Amino acid sequence: MYQTTYHRASSIDEAVRLLSEAEDAKLVAGGQTLIPTMKQRLAAPSDLIDLRHIPELKGITVSGNSVRIGAGTPHAQVADSQEIRAVCPAFCELAGVIGDPHVRHMGTIGGSIANNDPAADYPAAMLGLKGTIHTSKRDVSADDFFVGLFETALEADEIITAVSFTAPQKAGYAKFRNPASRYAMTGVFVAQHGDGVRVAVTGAGENGVFRATELEARLAGSFDEAALQGATVPSSGLISDIHASAEYRANLIVVMAKRALAAANG
Amino acid sequence: MGIEGIGARVARKEDKRFITGRGRYVEDMVVPGMKYGVFVRSPHAHAKIRSIDLSAAQEMPGVIGIYTGPELKADGIGNLICGWMIHSKDGSPMNMGQWSPLATDTVRYVGDAVAIVVAETRGQARDAADAVVVEYEELPAVTNVVEALKDGAPQLHPEAKGNLIFDWEIGDSSATDEALSQAVHITKMHIVNNRLVPNAMEPRAALGVYDMAEDHYTLWTTSQNPHVARLVISAFYNVAPENKLRVIAPDVGGGFGSKIFIYPEEVVCLWASRKSGVPVKWTADRTEAFLCDAHGRDHVTEVQMGFDADNRMVGLKVDTIANFGAYMSLFSSSVPTYLYATLLSGQYAIPAIHCNVRAVYTNTAPVDAYRGAGRPEATYLLERTVETAARELGVSPAELRRKNFVRTFPYQTPVIMNYDTGDYEASLNAAMQAAQWDTFPQRRDEARARGKLRGIGMSCYIEACGIAPSQAVGSLGAGVGLWESAEVRVNAVGTIEVLTGSHSHGQGHETTFAQLVAGRLGIPIEQVSIVHGDTDKVQMGMGTYGSRSGAVGMSALLKAMEKVEAKAKKIAAHQLEADENDIVIENGEVKVAGTDRTLPWAQVALAAYTAHNLPAGMEPGLKETAFYDPQNFTFPAGCYIAEVEIDPDTGKTEVVQFVAADDFGVIINPMIVEGQVHGGIAQGIGQALLEGCHYDATSGQLITASFMDYTMPRADDLPSFQISHQTTPCTTNPLGIKGCGEAGAIGSPPAIINAITDAIGNNNLTMPATPNVVWKLLHASV
Repeated sequence: MYQTTYHRASSIDEAVRLLSEAEDAKLVAGGQTLIPTMKQRLAAPSDLIDLRHIPELKGITVSGNSVRIGAGTPHAQVADSQEIRAVCPAFCELAGVIGDPHVRHMGTIGGSIANNDPAADYPAAMLGLKGTIHTSKRDVSADDFFVGLFETALEADEIITAVSFTAPQKAGYAKFRNPASRYAMTGVFVAQHGDGVRVAVTGAGENGVFRATELEARLAGSFDEAALQGATVPSSGLISDIHASAEYRANLIVVMAKRALAAANG
Repeated sequence: MGIEGIGARVARKEDKRFITGRGRYVEDMVVPGMKYGVFVRSPHAHAKIRSIDLSAAQEMPGVIGIYTGPELKADGIGNLICGWMIHSKDGSPMNMGQWSPLATDTVRYVGDAVAIVVAETRGQARDAADAVVVEYEELPAVTNVVEALKDGAPQLHPEAKGNLIFDWEIGDSSATDEALSQAVHITKMHIVNNRLVPNAMEPRAALGVYDMAEDHYTLWTTSQNPHVARLVISAFYNVAPENKLRVIAPDVGGGFGSKIFIYPEEVVCLWASRKSGVPVKWTADRTEAFLCDAHGRDHVTEVQMGFDADNRMVGLKVDTIANFGAYMSLFSSSVPTYLYATLLSGQYAIPAIHCNVRAVYTNTAPVDAYRGAGRPEATYLLERTVETAARELGVSPAELRRKNFVRTFPYQTPVIMNYDTGDYEASLNAAMQAAQWDTFPQRRDEARARGKLRGIGMSCYIEACGIAPSQAVGSLGAGVGLWESAEVRVNAVGTIEVLTGSHSHGQGHETTFAQLVAGRLGIPIEQVSIVHGDTDKVQMGMGTYGSRSGAVGMSALLKAMEKVEAKAKKIAAHQLEADENDIVIENGEVKVAGTDRTLPWAQVALAAYTAHNLPAGMEPGLKETAFYDPQNFTFPAGCYIAEVEIDPDTGKTEVVQFVAADDFGVIINPMIVEGQVHGGIAQGIGQALLEGCHYDATSGQLITASFMDYTMPRADDLPSFQISHQTTPCTTNPLGIKGCGEAGAIGSPPAIINAITDAIGNNNLTMPATPNVVWKLLHASV
């Protein structure tokens, strides 16, 4: 790790101010990606701005079908939230299979979404749920937020404050883990909304999370795994690496979609 | 025999400190004035060093000194060597290229050490290492062993034309060809044994301390054999003569072979301590461990196994290319030769065997012994070939093996080894019974109803442990003898210190060695302490590898104990006025057999040291040393059966049952043996399903350089293991021990792969059988 200057922000305004003042600052919440990256000397921020002590970033609010989660909420708290589980159990299930217990107790939803790791779980849920990302400046729809590999619509001086979504009628998540890293090698989040079906895929796309429109079309009429019988998705644009070829990932997308549907309908 | 003697499930004495985090490893050592060393390493797989500019780095905060290869050479530090001479079949000695501990003009793999920075803190040393400017001229690289042999391949060492280190053979080529020409059926296989990264939990570390006042060096290091390290460092690397070099290997967190060898970092830390005037400690980070620890396996082999009309094996022909990496590591040449091809008879009576091995340089990390070392490679190709032959011949795999088992002992194979004893059918029967082999078809059908493909596979392995008779290995090219030593020091109060040349880095010697002593004397195990790992404390010894500590190290201990007991009996006979032949030692007493005339053990010990009343002419004291040189290798053997279920949608394999039936000879501590088997099977399943070391073919970069990409087995990848033992005591050592440390890693990969190929009906499977690999085969067979 290189030398860095640590700041503890006590409000969003203070964090934004520190962010704009520093030469090359990074925000840190759970630090589950940033700290190992810094220890490997692959990141060398001049300043670290700690968001963990900002009360505005904490807490889960469920009102009717509307769910709002503070950006600083750790995965374990989401996984254990009875309020969320009552309206969208799939979201809790997804949070409960992120990383391992250590990661789930340190990592935060805001950090995961801001990092937009192509194998992270939350981006699939946010895209599948037509969610909204609330920042210190504005509200951004998930459709516009996830731009590419580790790339989002966030501006340099913008901080995620919360995420929100309206609970769908049904939803499910299934992932196939990378044998080594145990990140999603392919993860699929399916959701049935009043106005249509979404199938969001993580871990497989060369540009990060995306919607499998072929599968959405098949499910529009019947939100059931039988509707995916014989379905395929193109392998172009999918990641190919030592663990999984693009063709294999294309297969996993369909298989995981079926399993997500089974979970949603189960 | 007391309850804590041979055969007792004694809890490990060493576990208290390990489990509570109180172990003391090299990284825990702090000596006055100690500073930190960090290596500058090559980012290229193959390059000429144009220049090294230290000027910026030398100005960095905290830097004490930066040292490079040319300075090391100027100081007369020797090249690293391979200590086992192999001759090619044309009689020429192996072509060993030069390996300077710090590269002088050429780097040959990613991670090759170029310089060491010594600084006040590890962070400062790392900062300065980043600031060392090395100008490289990149050269083409080759990482694949088959490609490296081709015309026009990048050349690594001028000494090894065509990258060929040796072209060696064993067995009778013409007799084997003749046997195959007469065969009614020949099974042919192309076998790849995947390259593995050892990944001991504790990364390697070295702390070099030069004492200017005494002109003396101390090396704390993560070694499985500190005396061998001292011998090699002084005899070949010219750091210091042996009497001026103390090597200490304290608690060592796993080795699996990778800590047998002397690495550049150990030599360089000693030398850098003299250059800088401060003790220098280096500890590998995990990336360095991936890049620079000696890797394992990496063979490409063609096999032909011939059968007569009665399905008896008539001949076996094997042609292997072995990847040695960029340099010849200390025992690298012995692994794909005498530790591999000599085991190709397996458990079978095969009248004619021939094996050819070509050893090849590539731009990868050096390859050397890794748990099993040659024997897993032999077992994998044999047991896959036998299984395949059974399918081709339409006979059951068990029956084909049964028909060809060696049944009379001793058995001389066509490839040097002479098996002293064994009962292969006993292990086969035990394993099949435990696995409920006969009812497998029902389980397969039940799985099919659930949409799963279920398969069963077996593997009958033999291995050679207790390495080995010194004269024999000497005649085969070993640069050292492979005996072991022990000293038993009885204190005046009767407690005992055992100084052993074996080294424990997870094996539990502090318990098992103490069990032998406590059991023989009938004293509490707490009264016996085991000392190892320090060349200033312990007499010359050869260390721990090849499952040799029980068979060889404990045999040495037994010899020393017999000397101690003989002297104790003489003392007791003198004091009890009895014939020494009538004296026995039991339950902590030295007594006249069949009488109540007895002396407590402690009292005899005290008498030896007070020396007030000893037999005439007897020297005071009670301390004996013994050296034990084995008569033969030992031959553990067994049968493993794996049952797997495959999800055809994803190709993911679940090991649903794993049975191990092993013959390890006499067992000292069943609990420790079971632990060794569990760990070995976990590593074997790791090789079969998960672990694959990948280099980029053109850039030579290590793709699997972290746990993000290199899959280590985890608890949820493994089933509970069913283990049993069938015992035929070894006939060539006094304790009847065969050894158990490597069997699990040797026997399990072919059992797993045979089970998967059974399940998917496609034999074209390579390790690791990842979900993608299995899915692809399923897809191809549709």
